[in-house]
Amino acid sequence: MSFNIENWSNKFNEGNVILSYNGNITSELITDVLETVETKLNESEEKPKVTKKIYNVLVECLQNLYHHLDAVKYNGQVKADEKFAMFSVKKVGNSYNVATGNFVKNTKLQLLRDRIEQLNSMTSDQVKDLYKIVLNNEEYSDKGGGGLGMIDIVKRTESKIEYSFDKLNDEYSFFYFNINM
Amino acid sequence: MDPIAIEGTPKTPTVNLNPTTGKVEIKGRSIPENSIEFYKPVVDWLESYSASPTKLTEVNVQLEYFNTSSSKCILDVFKKLEAIHKSGNEVIINWYYEEDDEDMLEAGEDYQSIIRIPFKMIEIEE
Repeated sequence: MSFNIENWSNKFNEGNVILSYNGNITSELITDVLETVETKLNESEEKPKVTKKIYNVLVECLQNLYHHLDAVKYNGQVKADEKFAMFSVKKVGNSYNVATGNFVKNTKLQLLRDRIEQLNSMTSDQVKDLYKIVLNNEEYSDKGGGGLGMIDIVKRTESKIEYSFDKLNDEYSFFYFNINM
Repeated sequence: MDPIAIEGTPKTPTVNLNPTTGKVEIKGRSIPENSIEFYKPVVDWLESYSASPTKLTEVNVQLEYFNTSSSKCILDVFKKLEAIHKSGNEVIINWYYEEDDEDMLEAGEDYQSIIRIPFKMIEIEE
């Protein structure tokens, strides 16, 4: 089946959505979204421990988008501009999930897949150890990140990353990322 | 040398660095997209301060949230403090965490295991 951005948009908007978005990812947008989600969660009378976890995971997911998405122009019913991505925060039964979707260069897919598969194969103690090793490796990426975002998400949620790649063309794919907590 | 006082924002912490009292305070939220830029003046200040620190440097870290890019910068801050401690000065780090916030306690313990400075874990009751 060929790539269809509307199907993805529908996927992010179905179910018990606390917040969903598709459009450009800017620093200001991230600030606004975090404030909105925090307010909504506080109003929901969810335990502070749970709301903190969601907030922390959302920060890392949004900043991963901010630092790592690849710009693609796409014209459909949903228009993709320079720093385009989708994300949603949903309540599913008694748990929550944060999902993101963005375009990435096909040349990066193997590395992404390897990193996710590595994390998904680890026990929570192994993830904690990996976090400490990477924290202390004195390296910053060219994007100014520490290479810790995904590790931190898995460490906090103690769950497995669900993901897929949907090919747009020979150069780009749409990367779907979902985590439950 | 001059003290530094940075007011907090929704994404960056309040920072107070005082060369006379030897108090270092980082408080609030630290979730900027560009943490290196934010922490550079703090790390630079500590570098200068390390030339003639007060007898006791008391560090109070009370963060509600911090992102992973801040976590490396905070480690850089602690490494500067570790050098001050290593050269024979007293340094203590008070790591505050809210009651039930096990993740924040664990984050403090991670730093404690990496940095050779006395840490005190202090629970804040709500």
